[in-house]
Amino acid sequence: MHLDHPTTYPHRHTYGAASPLRPDGTRRALRIGLGGPVGSGKTATVAALCRALREEVSIAVVTNDIYTREDAEFLLRQAVLPPERITAVETGACPHTAIRDDISANLEAVEDLEDGTGPLDLVLVESGGDNLTATFSKGLVDAQIFVIDVAGGDDIPRKGGPGVTTADLLVVNKTDLAPYVGADLAGMARDAKAQRGDLPVAFTSLAAEDGVAPVRDWVRERLAAWTATATAP
Amino acid sequence: MTATTDVADVADVAVGAAGRAALLVLADGRFPAGGHAHSGGAEAAVKAGRVTDVPSLEAFCRGRLHTAGLAAAALAAAAAAGADPLELDEAADARTPSLALRAAARRLGRQMMRAARATWPSPALDTLASARPRGAHQPVVLGLAARAAGLGPLDAAYAAAYEAVSGPATAVVRLLSLDPFHATAVLARLAPELDVVAVAGAEAGRRASDEGLDVLPAPSAPLLDITAEQHAAWPVRLFAT
Ligand SMILES: Nc1nc2c(ncn2[C@@H]2O[C@H](COP(=O)(O)OP(=O)(O)OP(=O)(O)O)[C@@H](O)[C@H]2O)c(=O)[nH]1
Ligand SMILES: [Mg+2]
Repeated sequence: MHLDHPTTYPHRHTYGAASPLRPDGTRRALRIGLGGPVGSGKTATVAALCRALREEVSIAVVTNDIYTREDAEFLLRQAVLPPERITAVETGACPHTAIRDDISANLEAVEDLEDGTGPLDLVLVESGGDNLTATFSKGLVDAQIFVIDVAGGDDIPRKGGPGVTTADLLVVNKTDLAPYVGADLAGMARDAKAQRGDLPVAFTSLAAEDGVAPVRDWVRERLAAWTATATAP
Repeated sequence: MTATTDVADVADVAVGAAGRAALLVLADGRFPAGGHAHSGGAEAAVKAGRVTDVPSLEAFCRGRLHTAGLAAAALAAAAAAGADPLELDEAADARTPSLALRAAARRLGRQMMRAARATWPSPALDTLASARPRGAHQPVVLGLAARAAGLGPLDAAYAAAYEAVSGPATAVVRLLSLDPFHATAVLARLAPELDVVAVAGAEAGRRASDEGLDVLPAPSAPLLDITAEQHAAWPVRLFAT
């Protein structure tokens, strides 16, 4: 019995999102996190993405509800995926802790989905609605989408914060409501550009037919890139 | 690494070759092993009106320390002292009558395993992980993690006993918007008792690894078991336990 020396026992297992391989050597699913303020349309985006992509790729979803299973139950009711592909994680009143500081429960949920439903191409992880500073750990997801909406105030892109500034895709949802809340979409686009530089921004209305299209196309690109790098020798 | 690794032979590991710093890492409330989602029965006690303020939080934590805390401390110490983890896992099952708490202990054990293997890689952790892929009881994994970190049975007992009270105290700050300074003062007031429980747990753990696991204490808190079962069935809750 002795203590391990780091060179004798290097990390043999996949503890985070860094390695694209599962312990058995197969390629794991691309993991995309969806965060953003309460009610901005994260679950609606997840549901629309599942409907738009489920014929092309094998998908599963992890939800992080704060104190209920509402999001998971909504997705189950909408039957966007078979029930065994949807898992809810309990977050102990602290949604950002579960996606950033202590990701173990979420990692377990993702791995159990992969083990239980066979090879997956895409796992969507929805954060519980939180504030503008909530971001996903790189140990949990490969890319993150931050969903805000026009009704939450058109000054949110200007305020910035880690979610708005650093997310791989910023979604400004509920554009159909802009006239009713007096939101200045052009101003939001300008502010987002100023905060994010070349990082992409998608304006969506999920109330419209095929409203998720810009997000779906972005996810398709990420999937293609993921498959290309993960299968490269 | 390190001087610690080099001096760690069997005897050293059994008594704890590492210094206090490794214990601070392991016992840190921010150690990413899933504890933040659990209230240790505090959410049910708050809802039932049994924990309403600082004195009732202190009474709750004291009760938990001397029951669940002592049992966890002894299990963790025995694992750190080198007792067989699979037998310890059964002993933990026997000391956990509530199905909900057994499930939670295994879930937390699995999360602790992930964190421990990443922080203190060790063949003993790997072996237990493959024998119990869905998780062994958390105190057992905690004790094994302590051993992997070069800590001894007393250190493991401290970590387990402290967790038994720090979890509920933190949760009650969120549940009741209790003054965080007062909640922390509760933990400080419990410190002398925590010392006693940790020493008793360590002693029992050491004896168990020599004389067999039947000498492990089996203190019980029936109300915690009953409310844990009820809590698990709530449709709306902030904490997993
Ligand atoms: N008008 C309009 N309503 C929308 C749109 N997208 C979502 N909604 C509605 O907004 C409400 C909240 O949407 P959710 O998808 O549940 O929002 P969420 O971000 O998942 O909310 P939490 O998980 O509670 O933080 C629901 O009633 C949706 O139907 C949209 O583009 N336009
Ligand atoms: Mg939602």
